[in-house]
Amino acid sequence: MATVRLSFSPAPVHVRTARLVGVAVARRAGVAEDLLDEVRLAIGEACTRAVALHNQYDIPDLVMVEMSDSDSYTVRVIDRAPIEASIGLTKLPPDELADESLTDEALTTGVGFALLAGFVDDLQVRPVDEGIGTEVRMVWPVARR
Amino acid sequence: MELSLTTRTVGEHTVLDVGGEVDVYTAPRLRERLVELVDGGARNVVVDLAKVDFLDSTGLGVLVGALKRLRAAGGTFGLVCAKEPLLKIFRITALDQVFPIYPSVEAATSERSDNPPTA
Repeated sequence: MATVRLSFSPAPVHVRTARLVGVAVARRAGVAEDLLDEVRLAIGEACTRAVALHNQYDIPDLVMVEMSDSDSYTVRVIDRAPIEASIGLTKLPPDELADESLTDEALTTGVGFALLAGFVDDLQVRPVDEGIGTEVRMVWPVARR
Repeated sequence: MELSLTTRTVGEHTVLDVGGEVDVYTAPRLRERLVELVDGGARNVVVDLAKVDFLDSTGLGVLVGALKRLRAAGGTFGLVCAKEPLLKIFRITALDQVFPIYPSVEAATSERSDNPPTA
């Protein structure tokens, strides 16, 4: 099993770096080529969510991304925001998406979660084992090497 | 790839060609440009996503914001997108039911009754 770990300051500019690394490690791990777009999008959404939460709660701590491959490719994106913040993860029905009263922030959160749920078959959002924060855990199959 | 934004006029439509990656870092620039267009009097806006190779929830949020702004101003807002990976993003988020999505700029800027959106 190989592990790659990346930590970054909670700034939007670094989300792209996390996506690029995540896809490079996925390719190396043997994730099918036709899944890589989805891997890229999902890692980006999970990191965007973490950065938004750190900024919302004024948390300077680094966002952590851990990628590992064994029987599958597992990516964990860990934030340090209070756990109740994760309740904001809700999928929005179509008739509410363009509703005037919906804020841009709420829309982006809802759409981001819809993308995560839509693109990742094996998705878990749970409290971190130690301290404050949430872990978004995504798993993709790898080809036998 | 860095975000690129180019504006042109096709008939009564203002077409914004977007290229590169639209994400949490670059989406604010797209939002600014769309606000400038509407504030500058554009009322029929088409955003061409043909050269976009990445679009995330932040970018989608900006597009919905532009749709709402134009609706409030009595205008129209359409998207041009024929790439399956991007269309899948619109389907998964149900935003294909919110935006008129056309296969080409020509279809988007023609009379809408003759060219219903593809999604």
